[in-house]
Amino acid sequence: MTIIFALFLLTMLVITALAIVQTTNLFVAVMLTSIFSLLMATNFFVLDAADVALTEAAVGAGVTTVIFLSALALTATQEKKNHDGRGIAMIVVGLTASLIIYATVDKPRLGDPNAPVHQHVAPYYLDNTMEQMGFPNVVTAVLSSYRGYDTLGEVFVVFAACIGVLFILDARKGVGAKYVARERTGLRHHLIPQVVGRLLVPFIVLFGLYVQFHGEYGPGGGFQAGALIATAIMLYAILEGEEAALLAIPRSAQLALVVCGSLLFGLVGVLCMIMGGEFLDYSVLLADPIKARQVGIIVIEAGVGMAVCGAMLSIFHAFAARSVEAFDEVV
Amino acid sequence: MTEYLFIIIDIVSWILLIVGSICVLIGGLGVLRMPDFYTRMHASSLTDTMATLALFSGMILQAGLSLAAAKLFAIMLFLLLTGPTATYALANSALLSGHKPKMDAPKGGSL
Repeated sequence: MTIIFALFLLTMLVITALAIVQTTNLFVAVMLTSIFSLLMATNFFVLDAADVALTEAAVGAGVTTVIFLSALALTATQEKKNHDGRGIAMIVVGLTASLIIYATVDKPRLGDPNAPVHQHVAPYYLDNTMEQMGFPNVVTAVLSSYRGYDTLGEVFVVFAACIGVLFILDARKGVGAKYVARERTGLRHHLIPQVVGRLLVPFIVLFGLYVQFHGEYGPGGGFQAGALIATAIMLYAILEGEEAALLAIPRSAQLALVVCGSLLFGLVGVLCMIMGGEFLDYSVLLADPIKARQVGIIVIEAGVGMAVCGAMLSIFHAFAARSVEAFDEVV
Repeated sequence: MTEYLFIIIDIVSWILLIVGSICVLIGGLGVLRMPDFYTRMHASSLTDTMATLALFSGMILQAGLSLAAAKLFAIMLFLLLTGPTATYALANSALLSGHKPKMDAPKGGSL
């Protein structure tokens, strides 16, 4: 049964991907990418990767779609026809695809316990997480402790991406702080979406906090929680208008979240070094190494959540401010 | 006596599940077969409301008194709130952006 469902999902994925390539209307393409992400999230869930599924659903289907749509508000809705260089692109894609298909011949069967990837470090993580960390979610243990360096790198990538987007969007006219929506009032005149949306916002934030602080025991963690809370605030911005959302969380607070989140993660690592351990080795923070690891993981997960939430909000508001500015220039 | 109760609950839940599945099927057929945007949306809203109610009630009866039932109930409430709202928002913005419903030709009129 699961196999049939997985095959159905993968077929739908291929169809959606082909539709994304085929369509020339960019709105349709954005909606299709959202559907693609949702299908992918379901697929991850079928493969028992609940943490990744949650991330894909929150980031791929939620936040990315909103950011794409706010970017579309700045450009045309139809794709420009451009046939130059199609041949070379076709050849490159064809070559890569055939290489990947050739590589799958040697691939071990799905879920094969003897596959090399399950023989290297994975058994160590599975055997020792409960003993060394004291909580059951191995994904969180790997993400924030065993592979803490990688996650620190990811947080810095989020940080760099945020700074990059802000720089590109605000470069023309300095800091975009003065371009706050004046005329736009969100969906204030649409009663039903507003009432229902207002009802949902606190629950989404609550769920985000649950995912943040329950990450050691269930699926979730900083990345998912940051995306969820950012979604709630974006929903608020869509319902009540830019101005109200910026009153709740001003630009300076968004940037502070990004910077403090990244710093918090790095400083925990430095603190570990000062306390006599290695970088990001949390066991030295307290007398009891298991407790110390748990505290370290909670703190760095909070840093991850802050950085992700702040980055997504500032990117969203940067696009929104830019579209208001473009709107003002036309009028 | 309790045996019969369980059998009855099982039968009711399966009836609800089948009704819900039929609603989903009708909704899907409607989206494919209906002539214009608004009627299609009307068909798809069937999956949002009737199908959600029937399927989730059926699943709650299957789950019995447990945490799973409470979670299913929460998901049902969420879907019942958001689904019709999304349908309303879509129809409203379609109408505001000037999308006219397809009307029949007036009676006796020439077309």
